[in-house]
Amino acid sequence: MHHHKYRLIVPFLFPALLLYAVFVLYPYVQAFYNSLTRWRGVSSNKTFVWFENYEKLFNDQIFITSLKHNAQMLVVLPIATLSLALLFAGLFAQAGKGVRGGEFYRIVYFFPQVMSVVIIGVLWQYIYNPRYGLLNGTLRALGLDNLARSWLGDPSTVLWAIAAVIVWQSVGFYMVIFIAGMQSIPTSFYEAATLDGASRWTSFRDITLPLLWDHIRLAIVYIAIAALDLFTIVQVMTEGRPNHASDVVARYMYDVAFTQSQFGYASAIGVVLLVMTLILSVITLRFTQRERLEF
Amino acid sequence: MSAPETTGPAAVSVLPRTEVESARRYDVRDMLSAGVVQLILLVWAVLVIFPFLWMIMTSFKTDREIIFSPWKLPAALQWNNFERAWNEAMIGRYVTNSLIVVTGGVALTLLVSSMAAYVLARYEFPLNKPIFYLFMAGLMFPVFLALVPLFFVVQDLGMLSTYRGLILVYTAYSLPFSIFFLTGFFRTLPTELAEAAILDGASHFRVFFNIMLPLAKPGVVAIGIFNVLGQWNQFILPLVLNPDQNKYLLSQGLAFLAIQQGYQNDYSALFAALTITTLPTLAVYVIFQRRIQQGLTAGALKG
Repeated sequence: MHHHKYRLIVPFLFPALLLYAVFVLYPYVQAFYNSLTRWRGVSSNKTFVWFENYEKLFNDQIFITSLKHNAQMLVVLPIATLSLALLFAGLFAQAGKGVRGGEFYRIVYFFPQVMSVVIIGVLWQYIYNPRYGLLNGTLRALGLDNLARSWLGDPSTVLWAIAAVIVWQSVGFYMVIFIAGMQSIPTSFYEAATLDGASRWTSFRDITLPLLWDHIRLAIVYIAIAALDLFTIVQVMTEGRPNHASDVVARYMYDVAFTQSQFGYASAIGVVLLVMTLILSVITLRFTQRERLEF
Repeated sequence: MSAPETTGPAAVSVLPRTEVESARRYDVRDMLSAGVVQLILLVWAVLVIFPFLWMIMTSFKTDREIIFSPWKLPAALQWNNFERAWNEAMIGRYVTNSLIVVTGGVALTLLVSSMAAYVLARYEFPLNKPIFYLFMAGLMFPVFLALVPLFFVVQDLGMLSTYRGLILVYTAYSLPFSIFFLTGFFRTLPTELAEAAILDGASHFRVFFNIMLPLAKPGVVAIGIFNVLGQWNQFILPLVLNPDQNKYLLSQGLAFLAIQQGYQNDYSALFAALTITTLPTLAVYVIFQRRIQQGLTAGALKG
């Protein structure tokens, strides 16, 4: 029987391996090589230049600015998203099934996650519109005219305006993940804590947070990677404007490649992005490592 | 600020039992009574719903109303906005293109990944582990790194701006996660049925298609939902590989429309286009929301 099994193994694996090799593995390997070349497109020659592209990165002000924006997102997005998601999940799970309209809230909160980032981006572009946008309209209606501004046109607000949209879209997703995690915590823990006079906050801090830690660190890694890979929402909402005040590395790389046709240089930016993603994942997982609590 | 105040909830747990009772007056629980909980949850729900309601309302207005009275309800419902969005702004064509690519992409992804995952989960052979880890490596790499070479691969194959090019590329990039998920799923399935069938003389192929695949249905459905949403919302791959405007997918078409209508001040058609594309998603989501939430979060929880 065993010599027959390769008649299944080979044809079953072949399509997946072929597609993966041609469209995924080969481009990645090629990208590493390209990053060491000067190359402006099909017709022109690739000149091998060693690490010239990488050296160029250090003096590229736009790259450095974009990287700074990714770093800012890296701090703001996890903090804002996790605090809101944990707050909502805590309000849901500890109140048990008792929250009136809980099912409704869960459906609503998660919905933006299902929507295409392009639709979200276009919609919020108009919400932020200085003249007829929903946000300034609301502020004016509340008599807060002096707060109204050109959210996406002002270099001091544009990045945070985009960050707010990202948080708005993803909070529901992480909330559902945390609720799933909380449901595996035995209710007897909470009952015991309540008998001991623990407040809602103390049970949350001393029972929920430690037992949910694996979910939380996973969420941190996901949000951190998303903060580094940021592309679509920025491309749709501002294309990095005004004057790169909202630019991020991946979007800048897209410009360098497909607008400026500097394919070698773009690949170097891509490699740096990959290395940063890997380092960041390892660091996050290391620093959040704790003794696993069995229950 | 560093004075040891005992009013904070942080102090509660270190107090002896009797003092806990008195400290309770300061408990957050009292502040977070059911009413406050409801209020907090309601505020976020409004923040989520309101932008969509505003979008739908705006899609029924004239351009004049959008600019001069953004807050007011439309004087009359401008149904022709939708007609213009569907025909002139070509949303109808973009939707069709997206449906073709995503249907093909998800079907091919499910077929190819379930076959590979089945073999990797159920058969022992020398290269099993290396191949599995090769696929897993794809989970770590940002797609941006591959974009430039990928563009030239697809161009060399003559598949730029073709359905089959997009379908193949979507499938290839969906494989790592789908194989990861389904391999785990196939490992959990009972082996007795398959073994009995093989003893009865059934071929390995028939065992897979007639016994194992039906058993794996819940896993296949979950990863199917995951891929439908992921591929439907894909933006960066078509942006690079699908430059022909007639072949634009919905995400591309909407982004293009947003720029174009911005110049022409035809906001009403743009909002109608956004509404047309949001409502079907909303309907499907409300009907299948449990499965969709499970499908999307399963990935994160398994990871």
